[in-house]
Amino acid sequence: MKKIIALVLALVLCLTAAASLADGIAKENIKMGIITLHDEQSTYDKNFIDSAKRAAANLGLSEDQVIIVSGIPESDECRQKALDLADEGCNIIFADSFGHEDFLIEAAKEYPEVTFAHATGTKAHTEGQANFHNAFASIYEGRYLAGVAAGLKLNELKEAGKLKGDVPMMGYVGAFTYAEVISGYTSFYLGAKSVCPDVIMKVQFTGSWYDEMAEKSAAEALINAGADLISQHADSMGAPTACESAGIPNVSYNGSTVDACPNTFIVASKIDWAPYFEYLVNQTIAGEAIDTDWTGTIATGSVVLTDVNEAAAAAGTVEKIAEVKAALEDGSVKVFDTAKEGFITKDGAALTSYMADVDTDAAFTPDTEVVADGYFHESEYRSAPYFDIQIDGIELLNSAF
Amino acid sequence: MNGTGRKDRREPLIHLSKRDIISPWKAWGIRGIAMFLGLVVCGIAAFLLIEKLQQNPGKIGDFYYTFIRGSFSTSRKLWKFLKNTAILLCISLALTPAFRMRFWNTGGEGQTLVGVLASIAVAFYFGGKIPEWLLLILMLAAALMAGAVWGVIPALFKAKWGTNETLFTLMMNYVATYLVSYFLVVWVPNGSSSLGKLKFGKLPQIYNEHLLIILIVLLLTGGLFVYLNYTKHGYEISVVGESVRTAKYIGINERKVIIRTMILSGALCGLAGYLIAAGADQTVTTNSAGGQGFTGILVAWLGKFNPLMMILTSALIQLLNQGAGQISQDFSVNNSLPNVIVGIVLFFIIGSEFFIHYEIHFRGSGEKKAKGGRLK
Repeated sequence: MKKIIALVLALVLCLTAAASLADGIAKENIKMGIITLHDEQSTYDKNFIDSAKRAAANLGLSEDQVIIVSGIPESDECRQKALDLADEGCNIIFADSFGHEDFLIEAAKEYPEVTFAHATGTKAHTEGQANFHNAFASIYEGRYLAGVAAGLKLNELKEAGKLKGDVPMMGYVGAFTYAEVISGYTSFYLGAKSVCPDVIMKVQFTGSWYDEMAEKSAAEALINAGADLISQHADSMGAPTACESAGIPNVSYNGSTVDACPNTFIVASKIDWAPYFEYLVNQTIAGEAIDTDWTGTIATGSVVLTDVNEAAAAAGTVEKIAEVKAALEDGSVKVFDTAKEGFITKDGAALTSYMADVDTDAAFTPDTEVVADGYFHESEYRSAPYFDIQIDGIELLNSAF
Repeated sequence: MNGTGRKDRREPLIHLSKRDIISPWKAWGIRGIAMFLGLVVCGIAAFLLIEKLQQNPGKIGDFYYTFIRGSFSTSRKLWKFLKNTAILLCISLALTPAFRMRFWNTGGEGQTLVGVLASIAVAFYFGGKIPEWLLLILMLAAALMAGAVWGVIPALFKAKWGTNETLFTLMMNYVATYLVSYFLVVWVPNGSSSLGKLKFGKLPQIYNEHLLIILIVLLLTGGLFVYLNYTKHGYEISVVGESVRTAKYIGINERKVIIRTMILSGALCGLAGYLIAAGADQTVTTNSAGGQGFTGILVAWLGKFNPLMMILTSALIQLLNQGAGQISQDFSVNNSLPNVIVGIVLFFIIGSEFFIHYEIHFRGSGEKKAKGGRLK
C-alpha cells in the first residue's frame, strides 16, 4: 500500500514538474545575463553586446532585464560570475568566449533550472547537460559573400593594371590555426575564387584573439609581402587601420569599420546574435526546449553583411552579392563545393572524403564523415565549425599557433 | 605658487618639513580623511561619467552601496571575496621578504604564472594515472619549484653581476607569459589554445571550495610574520635591506641572503599559483595570474611590508575591485570606468602617506623656527 502511495505521489510530482516546465516564464520575469570576455573595445565582444541590446529592444524587454558583465576571463571567474547572475535571478545566462565553456557547464550543473547558452562551444551535444546549449552561425556563408566582394575588387585592380604581382594576392590575418579560423578564411578565399579564379592567399597568424599591435604588424607584413587586399579574423582594429594607412582595400569582420577606414573598407561580414538571443527568450517564455546546437543562417538573419562602402568597393558589388546570396539561400551554390572541378583541391587532388573531429574528446580524434552529396557539410553536425583542411591556393606564413 | 608678490619675504607660501614622529592615531586619522575624500571625489567622477546617475542623481547612494554589494550581498560573493583576498594576500606575502631587503621583485606575476603552469603541467600529464592525493602533492612541489626557479634566476644575476633586479624580474614575467602560450599550443592540437578545465588535480573541500585556500593563506600569514620578525633569517633580511655594508660588517653573507630570500619569495608566488590552479581554475591561460602579481606590490607597500596589516590592505583592494565590477554591471557602464574610480580612491590613500611623513607649513601660520625645515 505504502509503495502505491509513494508511486502515486512521485507521479504527481513528476507531472507538476513537467507542467511547470511547459508553462514557461512570463515575459516580465525574464532576466538574461550576458558574460563577455572583453568589453566594447574588442569588435568580437562589441558585436555580442550590441546584439543583446538590439534583441532586448526588439523583444520589448526593459533595461534591467538584460545584464551585461564584461571583462570576464576564461577561468573559474566565469563560473563564479554565472552563479552570481543565477543568484540574482537570471533565467538565461550566456557566455561569449570559447574558453568559457567548461566553466559555464559547471555552473549549469549547479543551477539545472536555469538556461545556459554558449557561443562557439563544441561540447553541448556530448556533455548530456540538458540546460546547457551551444550556438553558432553559418558564418562561412557570410565570409563567402565577403570573399565575392574581395574578388570583384581584385578583378578591378587587375583590369586597371594596379596589381602588385602577376596574380592577385590576398592577405589574411588570423588568430589561431583553429577550425573556426580555417573555416573562415577558406570560405572567404573560395568566395573570391568564385569570381576571380587565379587568386592566391597568404595567411599570417597572431596567436591571440585580441592583440592590436600583433594584428597591425601582421597586416603590414602581408602588405609588404605584396598583398593587394587584406581581410582578418581577429578582434581588434589592428588590421583595418594598417590597411587604411597603407591604402590597401580591407574586408572586415564583426562589423563595419567604415568610420575609421573610409577609403579602404569594402564590406564586413558578421554574425548577428540578436536572433539567437530572441530565440532564447521566446523559447523560455513559451516553455519550449532550446536546441542543443543552434546554427543561425542567412535565413534566420544571423549571418549578415554590412553596407558596402561604394567608395572602396568595385562597381557592381552590391548586385553581385545579392545574386550570390540568393543562390546560397536556395541551395544552388554551396560554399564548400567539392564537386566543382578545381575549386577545392588538396595537393592537387579533389576532396572526396573527410573525417572531422565533431565530438570533442581529449585526443581530438576525427569521428564523422562530413563530405557527401558533392559538398562539405559545415556546421550541420554541431554548430561550431569543423572545416580545418589546408587547401591549395592558400599559403600559411606561420602555423605554429 | 604665487610667492613672488611680496619680495621682502623670502619664505614661500607653502613649505614642507619631514615629521619626526607621528602618533598612530593621527596617522590613521589622516588615512581615514584621505579615504573619505577619495570616496567623495570618486562619487563626483562617477556622477560626471555615468549617464544613469545624471538622469537620476538620487541614485548616488546606490553607487556607494554597490561597493558593499559587490562583496557582501550574497554568501557566495562573501566567500569569493574572502578567497580572492586570500590569493592576493598570498602573492603580496610572497613579495614581502624580498621587499624587506630592498630587492624590488616586480616579477610576482611571472612567478605566480609559472606556478600555475607547473601545477597544470603535472595534472595534464599525470592526472588519472596516479592517485589524486599524490597528484596534488606533485602539483604543489612543481609549483613551488617553478616559482623558486623563476625568483632565483634574477637573484643569482644580481648576486653575481649586480644586474638590476627590477628590470630582470619584470622581463621574467614576459618569458612566463610566452612559455604558457607555447605549452597551450603543444597541449591543444586543435589550435584553439584553450586547454579547458582539467578533470584531475582539485584541492579537497573543507566546508566549501574556498575555506581551505583561506586557511592555508592565514597560516602562511602568521608563519611569515614570525619568520620576518622573530627569526635569524628575518633579522638578516632586515639588515641587508637597511645597509649592505652593515650586513657585511657583522658577517652576514649578503649574496646568500639575497638568493635564499628570492627562492622563498618565488616559491611562495608558486604556492599562490598552485592555489589558483588546484583551488579554482584547473586550467592555465596567459592571464591566470590576472595582474595580481602587480597588485600585490601595491598591497605590500600599503601594508608597510607587515603581514598582519597586509590582511587589511589586500581586503581593501579586493573590496574595491569587486565593488567596481558590480558598478559596471549595475550601472551598465564599460568596465574600465570603475577601474578609474578605484584608481581615484587608491590615489588618495597612497597620497595620504605623504602627509603622514611630511608636515605642511603655510606662510604666516603660527611661529616658525629659524630653520623650520627643508623643502623636499
